[in-house]
Formats: sequence, structure tokens, C-alpha cells
Amino acid sequence: MKYEILERQVSFREAAEYVRKHMPERYEVPPGYRMCDIHIIGVPPILIGVEGTTLVFPFTKPCHGTFLLRLESAEETEHLRKAGKRV
Amino acid sequence: MNDTQIPAGTGLVMLGCPQIPIQTSAALYLVHRLRKAGFTTTVAGTKAARSLLEVADPERAYLDEVIDLDTCIGMVAERERDFDLCFVFVHNDAGIAYSASMAAMSEGRVYAVIVGGSAEEILAQMDGIPCEKIMAKGSHNPLPMKRKLDGVLEWVVSNR
Repeated sequence: MKYEILERQVSFREAAEYVRKHMPERYEVPPGYRMCDIHIIGVPPILIGVEGTTLVFPFTKPCHGTFLLRLESAEETEHLRKAGKRV
Repeated sequence: MNDTQIPAGTGLVMLGCPQIPIQTSAALYLVHRLRKAGFTTTVAGTKAARSLLEVADPERAYLDEVIDLDTCIGMVAERERDFDLCFVFVHNDAGIAYSASMAAMSEGRVYAVIVGGSAEEILAQMDGIPCEKIMAKGSHNPLPMKRKLDGVLEWVVSNR
């Protein structure tokens, strides 16, 4: 998974606020949603932002907290548009 | 296993970053109590958290299955496995995420075991997450958390 780290050590609320503020399309997914062979965890609802084929989403590591990542993937964007709940 | 040798169910002890010393001690105690109560218990954790337990219990006197944290999340998310009881150790934001995720994904009873110097602040942030919360403030003395776990486990055993 080739990604860019937008923010480090963010809270879930901050991650969701970033997505609401900067991403034109937003989808809610449940914890455990699979994307690029990882399962996204977090406090539901987990918000993933989309712009074209760019995805912005929170990613949590036990020792490092939550990161906000940006990823390019036409396949995952298409899947999210089908599987996620647009908000 | 308990004296009847009939499995009472399955338990999961989920460990985050082991920077809080209580976690390893309380986890081993929890596994011991669950085993005594007849629960087949799995521990899921980061590599460091698992190593701390495995080095301390080389002959597996207490531990049964020990698995990677992300693998465990994947199995529960994909509905390949689930557990009757799940205890998630929480001392930071990541722990909140794991406990909230388990509460959303698992059909079993989920407990957040909240430890560390910021336990009260963590507990306040977990309002609304549908799991039981067990909190003992502090990082080094495991006895307050042991007492809290004893209370919960007595209830679990008597109500199984």
C-alpha cells in the first residue's frame, strides 16, 4: 500500500473533521472495513473521504496512535462507493 | 481448565502497546482466571506485548493460543472467529479504537480494561462506546486492577 501521511497522532474526531472539511465525497464504514488488505478500526462511524480516486482515512497503530492517510486507488474508491454509506 | 473439563466458552485478551507495566501482569492474571473458569482463552497483541507474555511463560503454564493483533481483528471482521468474552486493554487512543471496534464487530461481551495515568480521561472519552468499562488508575501497581477483574470474573463465572 503506497500512502502519504497527512497527520500523525490525531484523535478520531480530528480525523473526521479533516475529512469533512477537505474531502468532497464522504462515506461511513463500520469498524473492520477492509481496504488494501488492512481492516480499518476506530470509533464508529468511521469516515473515509474521496476525491476522484484519492482516499483519505484514519489508520490506527497500537503504539503510535491514529494517522490520517492519503492513498490513490481506483479499485478501492470504486469499492467504497458501493460498500460505504455516503454522508 | 476447570474441574468439570467442560469448556465454558471462549475468551479473548487483546493487548495494545505494552508501555504500561500493569498490562502484562493483568493480562496473565486474566488468562489464568479465565482458564480456571473453563474458558479457552486467546491472547492477541502486538509483537512486543506477545513477547513479554511468552518470555514470562515459556512452558505455557498460563497461555494457550497467542496471535497477532491485526490478524485477530481481521478474523473477527471477516466473521471467521468470535469470542464469548473479550477484554481489551486500553491506555491510549488506539486502545479506544480497538475496544470500540470489538464492541461493534463481536457478538460476545466486550470489556475495556482501562489502565494508566490517564485512565479517567480515557474513560470519559469512551462514553457511548457499548462495552463494559473496568478502570483502575495507575501504571505500576497491578493490585487495584486485579481486584476489579476479580469482581468482574466472579460475576462472569456465576452467570455463565
